[in-house]
Amino acid sequence: MRNLLGFLSRNSFFLLFLLLEGIAAFLLFQNNRYQRSEFLNSSNAATGSFYQMVNNATQYFELADINEQLAAENALLRSQLTGSKIEIFGKNFIINDTVYQQLYSYNEATVISNTVNKANNYITLDKGTLAGVKEGMGVIGPQGIVGIVKTVSTRFSSVMTVLHSQSKISVKLKDQRYLGSLVWDGKDYQYGQLIDIPKNASIMLGDTIISSGYSSIFPSGINLATITNIEKPEGNNFYAITVKFINDFNKIEKVYVVKNVLREEQDEVEKASREEDNND
Amino acid sequence: MIKKILSFSVLFIFLIALQVLVLNNIQLGGYLNPYLYVLFILVLPFDTPKWLLLILAFALGLGVDLFSSTMGMHTMALVFMAFLRPIILKIIAPRDGYDANQKPGVQDFDFRWYLIYASVLTFAHHFILFYLEVFRFSDFFFTFSKVIVSSGFTILLLLVGQLFTYNSQAKR
Repeated sequence: MRNLLGFLSRNSFFLLFLLLEGIAAFLLFQNNRYQRSEFLNSSNAATGSFYQMVNNATQYFELADINEQLAAENALLRSQLTGSKIEIFGKNFIINDTVYQQLYSYNEATVISNTVNKANNYITLDKGTLAGVKEGMGVIGPQGIVGIVKTVSTRFSSVMTVLHSQSKISVKLKDQRYLGSLVWDGKDYQYGQLIDIPKNASIMLGDTIISSGYSSIFPSGINLATITNIEKPEGNNFYAITVKFINDFNKIEKVYVVKNVLREEQDEVEKASREEDNND
Repeated sequence: MIKKILSFSVLFIFLIALQVLVLNNIQLGGYLNPYLYVLFILVLPFDTPKWLLLILAFALGLGVDLFSSTMGMHTMALVFMAFLRPIILKIIAPRDGYDANQKPGVQDFDFRWYLIYASVLTFAHHFILFYLEVFRFSDFFFTFSKVIVSSGFTILLLLVGQLFTYNSQAKR
């Protein structure tokens, strides 16, 4: 016993070091595996309201840019209003729309904390469960997809952006049916990688890629990126394509949280068919 | 003594604020992220108990982690750096050892001493931090170049900081 105590007191510095490193490692892995330690991340109420305070002061400097983006978007939306369309059938025409039903609804939110230079990037939004934000919802900006909601508290939410090693967005080439995935290699925040496009697809530099809409998280047809470099690696059947994001992730300020109204129904159907497979 | 504790507490809070509000937003092509908060461990007096050194490093790392959503990463790197500090100090000790009223800086020692002291510890911290961040060895040299560039920049900031505290009249 005395030997043990002697050993402990002789090596107390090293043991304390091991203990503290152990705690830190525990926090690190806990957080990496679950991403939902609601206490200790930036969607936590204390740090969240701190960032909100800072953001309230700093967002004035970016108002000009934000205004420009929103104005551009307004112009686009205005052009789709009935007021800017010509009446073909005259006044007495009743539209009873049974063809279209609302699928996605959008909830405006403000980015209060953002990084682009880490290996795994997150942004914090000022809306939480009180505003109807839920885990797994998509987030889009005026110029493309931003990310997916990871953690939600009552008034804040933390979003895993496209600039994350685990992010994988289902995309397709505009005007072509080939499906691929958009990923990020952790280097330059302006460029991503497009994988899983087979070599028999005819692609050119400058082609636009758009969201596929198959994931039921994002609507289809959002412009995401343009192709800047194409390589044909030996030994497999796929292109290695570098794309430039249309979105400037360093500048996002106003975003929309996307809610898929029919998601539960779609998930239910897909789950049912999977279960049937398992029963066979 | 009370005054000393107070001034270190102010430095503690100031460094966290500087890190999360200003330095975390600096980036040049994804290479350059200075982490100036290591300064806190560097400036602690020589007679700081070793256990207190580790506890302070843990607290500071946790503080930075809380605000950057990187639970545990900065804590691990900074505690490791605090662990290295007594060892490095022993290796580069002058012949007559350290005096309790000396400060670890250019003021009381020569420039070469401070450069070795600051760069070894800063490099160790950045090395652990960047590899924990990517958590793989596949892009070893890309991450390594990030470590070199970022710790170079942090050391430059530390040296500039030394210029502000340097007082040529008081040189012994």
